[in-house]
Amino acid sequence: MYDGGKIIFGLIIFLVLVTLPFTLSIGKDYTKVNPKIDTPEIMKLPETERKCVESKDFMRKEHMKMLIEWRDAVVRDGKTLYVNSQGKTFNMSLQNTCMQCHSNKSKFCDECHNYVKVKPYCWDCHIEPKENIKKEAAL
Amino acid sequence: MALPRPEELISDVNLKKMPSKPWMDTLPVEFKPGFYCYGAKGKNLAYVDMPNARDFHVTDPDWKLPEDWKNIVIQGIKQRIERFRTFHVFMDICVRCGACADKCHFFIGTGDPKNMPVLRAELLRSVYRKYFTSSGKIFGRNGGARELDLDVLKELWYYFYQCTECRRCSLFCPYGIDTAEITIMARELLNLLGLNTDWISGPVANCYRTGNHLGIEPHTMKSTLEFMCNDIEDITGIRIEPPINKKGAEILFVTPSGDLFADPGIYNCMGYMMLFHEIGLDYTWSTFACEGGNFGFFTSLEMAKRLHSKIYEEAKRLKVKWILGGECGHMWRVWHQYHDTWFGPIDFLEVPVSPITGTKFEHAKSTKIVHISEFTADLIRHGVLKFDKSRNDNLIVTFHDSCNVSRGMGMFEEPRYIIKNVCNHFYDMPDETIREQTFCCGSGSGLNAGEIMEQRMRGGFPRANAVRYVHEKFGVNLVANICAIDRAALPPLMNYWVPGVRVSGVTELVANAMIMKGEKEREMNLRMEPLPGKGGE
Amino acid sequence: MGIGLALITVLGLIFFAYFGTAVVGLNALFAIVFPYAAFIIFVLGFIYRIVKWGKSPVPYRIPTTAGQHYSSLWFKQNKIDNPSTAWGVALRMFFEVFTFRSLFRNTKAELLQGRLYVGSSKWLWLGAIAFHYSFLVIFLRHMRFFTPETPWVIDTIESLDSFLQVHILGSPLLYITNLTILAALLYLLGRRILDPKIKYISLPSDYFPLFLILGIITTGILMRYFFKVDVTAIKELTLGLVYFKPVVPKGIGSLFYIHLFLVSILFAYFPFSKLMHMGGVFLSPTRNLANNNRMERHVNPWEYPVKHRHYEEYEDEFREKMKKAGIPVEKE
Repeated sequence: MYDGGKIIFGLIIFLVLVTLPFTLSIGKDYTKVNPKIDTPEIMKLPETERKCVESKDFMRKEHMKMLIEWRDAVVRDGKTLYVNSQGKTFNMSLQNTCMQCHSNKSKFCDECHNYVKVKPYCWDCHIEPKENIKKEAAL
Repeated sequence: MALPRPEELISDVNLKKMPSKPWMDTLPVEFKPGFYCYGAKGKNLAYVDMPNARDFHVTDPDWKLPEDWKNIVIQGIKQRIERFRTFHVFMDICVRCGACADKCHFFIGTGDPKNMPVLRAELLRSVYRKYFTSSGKIFGRNGGARELDLDVLKELWYYFYQCTECRRCSLFCPYGIDTAEITIMARELLNLLGLNTDWISGPVANCYRTGNHLGIEPHTMKSTLEFMCNDIEDITGIRIEPPINKKGAEILFVTPSGDLFADPGIYNCMGYMMLFHEIGLDYTWSTFACEGGNFGFFTSLEMAKRLHSKIYEEAKRLKVKWILGGECGHMWRVWHQYHDTWFGPIDFLEVPVSPITGTKFEHAKSTKIVHISEFTADLIRHGVLKFDKSRNDNLIVTFHDSCNVSRGMGMFEEPRYIIKNVCNHFYDMPDETIREQTFCCGSGSGLNAGEIMEQRMRGGFPRANAVRYVHEKFGVNLVANICAIDRAALPPLMNYWVPGVRVSGVTELVANAMIMKGEKEREMNLRMEPLPGKGGE
Repeated sequence: MGIGLALITVLGLIFFAYFGTAVVGLNALFAIVFPYAAFIIFVLGFIYRIVKWGKSPVPYRIPTTAGQHYSSLWFKQNKIDNPSTAWGVALRMFFEVFTFRSLFRNTKAELLQGRLYVGSSKWLWLGAIAFHYSFLVIFLRHMRFFTPETPWVIDTIESLDSFLQVHILGSPLLYITNLTILAALLYLLGRRILDPKIKYISLPSDYFPLFLILGIITTGILMRYFFKVDVTAIKELTLGLVYFKPVVPKGIGSLFYIHLFLVSILFAYFPFSKLMHMGGVFLSPTRNLANNNRMERHVNPWEYPVKHRHYEEYEDEFREKMKKAGIPVEKE
């Protein structure tokens, strides 16, 4: 007795499962992230002033950590000012500092977060900016 | 050879301490007296056409192997890998988690790491890896592989004749790796070189010639049965004539030959005849199919098949309707798990029906073989039998589940049901030591030879330890069982570890309590000892 | 034996990946060639091994019966541990594969003052189940890197895994499985080192996967909680692999390449190692067969006729004795 049929059936299931990422990609486009930093607020600034609180590379990798640290500093320790590596001072506020420039949540935050399937819970407490949604709806 | 006293025997065992040398470096193996069986005799091997028949002495440096023995073994492994998915898979998937390690009664009793099932299997696996896996070929020892040489062969022999094929390890293995299966394969390989034991090959040759392991010839068998009937008459006043080679009987009854010969098996055999007489069963003994046990199973599967072919042939010749099997362990493993594949389809017999109760044994519809405990339990359930349980009142009984019936079939309730119906005092041993988790008697699979007594007493220690527990707690003084090897092996084990506890088959208890039609007032039990309350007390 | 060898091998692999990316700069090799090669070896190797086992027939039906059997009598059958039907077997296999039922039965034997004590022992089961399920969850969570849109099941698994909402050093949410797999791995490794029996039976190939997976887990944890990496770039890389448009984005550090290389090694090593127990457990004849031996015939494809003694020969040898004893014979 070999149970060949059952073995082949099992192997087909195995094959289907392990190749799922490949087969799911068939016929679909290869997406790339393209977070937009061309909000009117940023564009208004002179080119030399278009700088985030820290370097772009740092922000890419560490922004989530920074936001958590800001939150703890403001909410738990009552500190509100952040001094960056250049000695410049910022108000530690998601809505009043970050979103001031990056007013385009859907094109800036969500673009990458959706891409890598990350669900930050910023908006569990903060009010989600509505303008983008309006804009998109208008478009 | 005298054994140390029980309290000293296992005092050297430390399950938490392993040798300082890695296991591959402990060769050559030391053949310690009391731990190995004597080698096979040439004449016994030759009688059944086994290869390399010559007198084989284990402690001789020269094992008189054929020139190309190494190639024979390697080709033998290859053939078995290709034929047995069990062997093939079991050689490959062990992760050495060690769950099996302390499940083996031989490891518990000896502390010898090579008695851990995992390491017992690794002994052969290491050879397999060397010749059949890329990792073994490339990485050698670091890949867990080793060359097959004479020392390795001797080690394989020593340890694969220290396994009783009880399958307790396979119960706990997360992948169901069955060391019994590996042992069967290893012994097949060893038998390709004529490396059997005397205690196995002798019975095999006997069985081939006379039909039974003991070499009882037909006329002797008849007189043995008649002798037992004399005793039955003395005890009950009833004369029984055992039907022998009776053509046209409804049922062929086959039991291990141990029941024809040795105490306490003979009492069980008397019990069978009394039971069958009482219910008026139309059955017959066969002088040829007179062995339910099968020492061929401890040699090779082919030899097992060669020895058991006679059973269905006799059933055919005697024109019976179905076959009833007596109490035996490995006999039932072979009957239950191998018979139909070997000898089927069995179309010349009928689906077994109890002629007394009308119960149709549908679960045996293909093999047409029923276990005596199933048969008896059914009789009791239907109220066919009348008992005077007080005749067993001097007995405080526990039940030893035989490995093969437990883990190769799964019959746990039937014998307990019977015992509880014929005895007033029954206590089970602790859960971790009974039913599917039962501990081996330490003497199965052809290891019940006298010369391996120390290994047997050590291997039987876990079983004896559990008996001692109920002996001390409940005063248990009898271990009932449904296995002929148990009936032969447990008495010395009990005498050694738990003196005062005796051993019996289940049917002996049945027959002792059974009130037979027309019997005289019984004074004695089947062992001709006074019944409780009848003198002597 | 061989713990050192296994450790050195894994450290060597880590160094190799570091050297290959940070020093020599062969990022494409580690980002594209090795992962593809490993995946192909894994899939083909796995199938090859299963087919090879499958080519060996199951000559006899020898389930290990772990409960009361089915019979025509009234005794209650243990349908899971001693199944007599295909459904029963399916159930038994389900519990075996998903709950490690046999391992759950584990006991521990101890000798104290010449007496044997056998008691329940669930630690190995707990360690094994923690390891395997953690690994499975982590593996599934990683699907977010290999699909543009993950199915809800995987999102759910991920949110369940991080439901504690704990941050370590202000890093992203802590995954419970990161803790459990580390604990389980250290337990499994620890018992190999500390339990003399297990130490004695262990081969280098037992330590190697443990160290390898430990390396994978450690690099993963480092990337998530301590040394941040650019996740979008990594997803670009992984999606590139899946879409067969491989790219090597800039700004991915060696830590990631070490992680990816160790995973590649694990995949490639898998089919040739004991890790194949994953496939093998399904093929184990002591578990995947019904105990219906006396009801249904099991056919062995290579069964052959054997030489055995027939009654005629037997009677020829003993006829006179049989006649004398009054036993009926065929030929007078």
